[in-house]
Amino acid sequence: MQDITKNDLIIRIGGEGGEGVISVGDFITQACARAGLDVYTFKTFPAEIKGGYAMYQVRASTERLYNQGDTFDVLCAFNGEAYDMNHARLKPGTALVYDCPSDFEPDVPEGVYAYPIPMTHAAKEMNNPRAKNMVALGALSVLFNVPEAALREVIVNKFTRKGEAVVQGNLAAFEKGRELAAALPKTDPWKIGTPKSKQDVVVLSGNNAIGLGALIAGLDFFAAYPITPATEVAIYVAKHLPKRGGTLIQAEDEIAAIAQVLGASYAGKKAMTSTSGPGLSLMSEMLGMSFMSETPCVVANVQRGGPSTGLPTKHEQSDLFLAIHGAHGDSGRIVLSVENVRDCIDLTVVAFNLAEKYQCPVLLLSDGSLAFSTQSVPYPDPASYTIVNRKRWDGEGEYRRYLHTADGISPMADPGTHGGMHIATGLEHNEAGLPSYTSDNHEAMQAKRFNKLKNVVNDVAPTEVDGEGEADLGVIAWGSTIGVVREALQHLRAEGYQVKGFYPKLLHPLPAQQFEDFGATCKRLLLPEVNFQGQLAHFVRAETTLRPESYTICGGMPFTPEMIVNKVREMLK
Amino acid sequence: MSHPQAHLHKVELQPKEYRDEAKSFWCPGCGHNGVLTALLRSLSELGVDPSYLVNVSGIGCSSRLPYFVKSYKMHTLHGRAGPVATGVQLARPDLAVVVTGGDGDGFSIGGGHMPHLARKNINMTYILMDNHIYGLTKGQASPTSRPEMKASTTPFGGVEPPLDPVLYMLTYGATYVAQAFSGNVKLASQLIKDGMEHKGFAFINLLSQCPTFNELDTAKSFKSACEQQDTAHDVADLDAAMHVVNTAKQEGRLPTGLLYKVERPTLDQRMAELVERVGGHKDYDLRKVIDLARP
Repeated sequence: MQDITKNDLIIRIGGEGGEGVISVGDFITQACARAGLDVYTFKTFPAEIKGGYAMYQVRASTERLYNQGDTFDVLCAFNGEAYDMNHARLKPGTALVYDCPSDFEPDVPEGVYAYPIPMTHAAKEMNNPRAKNMVALGALSVLFNVPEAALREVIVNKFTRKGEAVVQGNLAAFEKGRELAAALPKTDPWKIGTPKSKQDVVVLSGNNAIGLGALIAGLDFFAAYPITPATEVAIYVAKHLPKRGGTLIQAEDEIAAIAQVLGASYAGKKAMTSTSGPGLSLMSEMLGMSFMSETPCVVANVQRGGPSTGLPTKHEQSDLFLAIHGAHGDSGRIVLSVENVRDCIDLTVVAFNLAEKYQCPVLLLSDGSLAFSTQSVPYPDPASYTIVNRKRWDGEGEYRRYLHTADGISPMADPGTHGGMHIATGLEHNEAGLPSYTSDNHEAMQAKRFNKLKNVVNDVAPTEVDGEGEADLGVIAWGSTIGVVREALQHLRAEGYQVKGFYPKLLHPLPAQQFEDFGATCKRLLLPEVNFQGQLAHFVRAETTLRPESYTICGGMPFTPEMIVNKVREMLK
Repeated sequence: MSHPQAHLHKVELQPKEYRDEAKSFWCPGCGHNGVLTALLRSLSELGVDPSYLVNVSGIGCSSRLPYFVKSYKMHTLHGRAGPVATGVQLARPDLAVVVTGGDGDGFSIGGGHMPHLARKNINMTYILMDNHIYGLTKGQASPTSRPEMKASTTPFGGVEPPLDPVLYMLTYGATYVAQAFSGNVKLASQLIKDGMEHKGFAFINLLSQCPTFNELDTAKSFKSACEQQDTAHDVADLDAAMHVVNTAKQEGRLPTGLLYKVERPTLDQRMAELVERVGGHKDYDLRKVIDLARP
C-alpha cells in the first residue's frame, strides 16, 4: 500500500471510563497542537461516575478545522464494548487498532485495516497494568505519524509532578507500543500531515474558554450552582478568579446564583453565572428583574438535551425560546450564541461589554458538544480586546437613576457614591426609581428599556456571510452547527453547487435586515438546527419576510457535514 | 487584605434624617412602623453613612421598607432578598448590608436561602418583620401563623403547625439571633444596632402586628407575650439558647432580647484570605493564566 498523507485525520479512542481513554485523547490533542496542527475534539462521557463507555475523538489537520467531522478514519478500541459501539462505522478503508488478546475477537469487516496490539498484555508484562493506554498511544503514534517529539514532551510534562519513576514507566510503555506497532506491516494509507508552520495557540474546551473570556472581560464576581454540562465553567473560574482578587460563590440553587449576580452587579462589579437549561428556567424571573431594574448581568447557558431533565449529557440547541423569551411580562434582553471555542472566549467578552453598555441581561448560548470539545485557538492576547465599562454618574446635579436619555441609557451610581443613592426595583418606577403605575410612565419606561436595545446590532460584528453572489440555496445556521455547515458548503461548492452560508451570532434582538439582505441573494433557504421545533426558524419567520425550510434533528448528537451535504443535494436535485 | 468598614464612614445624622421622603403605605397601627422607627434610630446611633448602606428587600408589605430609608437599596423578588444581599455584601465588603422582609418572604418562598445565609455567615443584618400573615395579598396564613387563626384561604381555621424563625436560625448556624416586639422601639433599635455591629450574619425577629388582617396577634398580645420574657442565659451557649426558646414556645411565650451570639469568620473574610493565599490582586497578569492552556 502506498504511503499517502491525509492532511485531515480523525482518530477515535473508545474504552471503559477510567481506562485512560481520555488521557490518550488529550495527549494526541496536545501533541498535535504543539506541533502546529489544528485540533478539534469531541468526547462522550458515561453518565455513570465509574465505568461505562467513554469515547474521545481527535481531529487533526494542517488546515483550519470547523467541526468534529463525519466519522473516524481510525478507531482504537480498548475493549469489546468500544468495538461493538463503533462496529457499524467501520467502513472499508478505515483502520482499526485493538487490544488483543482481550475480551473480544473482532470480526474485522472487509476492507478495514486491522492492527492487533497486545495493550493489556504488554502493560502487565511491564508490571504497569495502568499503562495500557500508553501502549496504545505508542502504537497510534507509529501507525499514524502523531508528532513523536511533541508527544514525548507532553507525556513528560503530564507526569513530572508524579515523580521520575512514573515518567519513566509511562515512557517505557509508550516505547513498547511503538515497538509492537513497528513490527506490524503498515497496510492503510492514513498518516497525519506535517504542519506548515508552528503557531502560537492555546488548547481549551468551550467551557474553559467561557471562563477565560469572562476573566479577560474583567469578571469580578461569579456565582453558580453545579449542573451538567456547564459545571466546568465554574470550575475554571474557581481556579483562576481569586488570582484576580475576585469572588466565586457556589450558590444553593440557580435562583440564588442569579440573585447574587444581580446584587454584585448593583454593587458595581462585573458579575456572571453559568448554567444549563433547567437552571436557566429557574433564573427566568430574575432575568426579568435585571431588565426591569436595568442591572447588568451575564448568563452563560450551556445547552443540553431537554425538555425537563432530558438528556443531561447530550447535545441539543433547544434553549433558544427560553433564552429569548423566558420571563413573565414584556421583557427584553440580548442573546448571543457561539460557534466554537474561539467564540466562547471572544463572545463572552462581547457579552460583558453589551451588559455593561445596555444595563440588561445578556445570555450566551453554548452547547453540550462545545462544552467539552477542546480546540486549538490563536493565543488570546488580553490586550487585544476592547473592554467596555458601564456609564457611571458624573456627580453633576441631582441624580436620577432611570433618567430618560437620548439613547435610553441612564448612568449608574455605585453604592458609596455620595448623592447617588437610589433604589433598583422590579416595580414599575419613574426616573427617580419610585413606584409609578401611571399609563404614561409605564409606556415611556417600556419604550426606554426596549428602544435602547435597537442599537445592539451596531455593537456586534455583522453576521458573517459565507460565499458571494447569487446562490441556489442559502444555509442559515447558529451555534456549533455553523462549523458543520462551513465544511459541508466547501464540499458542495467543489461539486459545483451554488450555495452560501449565513452565520448569526447575535440571535436577539435579531439582526433582521441582515437576514433580509442575505435572503435576497438566495433562491431557497435551509435552516438546520438541533431541536424538534425549529426554534431559530420560528424567529426568522416571525421577524423577517424569509421562509427558510427547517431541517431539525434531536437525537442527542450534532449534525455532521455529510448530513448537510446530503440534504442540500436532495433539495437541489 | 482589609476592607474599609462602613462604620469608618461616620456621620452625624438624626434618625429623621435617615427617613426618605417616600410616603409610608402601611396601614395605621401597623407594627412595621415600629420597625422603621427602630431602624432609623439604630442607624443614627451608629452614625452609618447612608451612601455606604444597602437596604435589600423582597416582596410583601414589609419589603416596602427600603423606600422609606435613605440609602442605596434594592426592592427585589419575592423570597430573594437574602441571595441578592449576599451578592452585594461579597462584592463590596465595605458596605453595610441590611435585609428587611416578612415571614412569608423569608420562611415560605425564600425559605431555601435562609440556611445558607446563616451557615455561610454572610456579614449582614436580616430583620424579619414577622406579623404571622400575608398582608399584601389581603390576609392568608403564613408559615408563622398560629393554626387557630382564620384567614381567607383557611376560613375554617388553620390546619398547619407554624415554624419558629428563631429556632430555625439557631439551628442553621446564625451567629447573632435576637427577638423583640416591634412596638418596643428601644429594645428593637438596640438589637438592630448590636446586630449591625456584629461581624457576621445577624438575625433579628421583630414581632409586628397586622391590625388589618390578623385579629389574633395584636399589639397587645405580642406585647404581653414578649414583655414578660426577657432572658438571662449565657448567649454564647447554643444549647441554652435553644432551651430558652423551646421552653417558652411550649408555654406560648416569646423570649426577647439577645438570644445567641458567637464570633466566627464571615464568608467575605474567608474569601479575602483565599485571595491573599494565592497572591491575588486586580492587576494579576492574565497571561499567566492563559499560558497554562498552551499545548
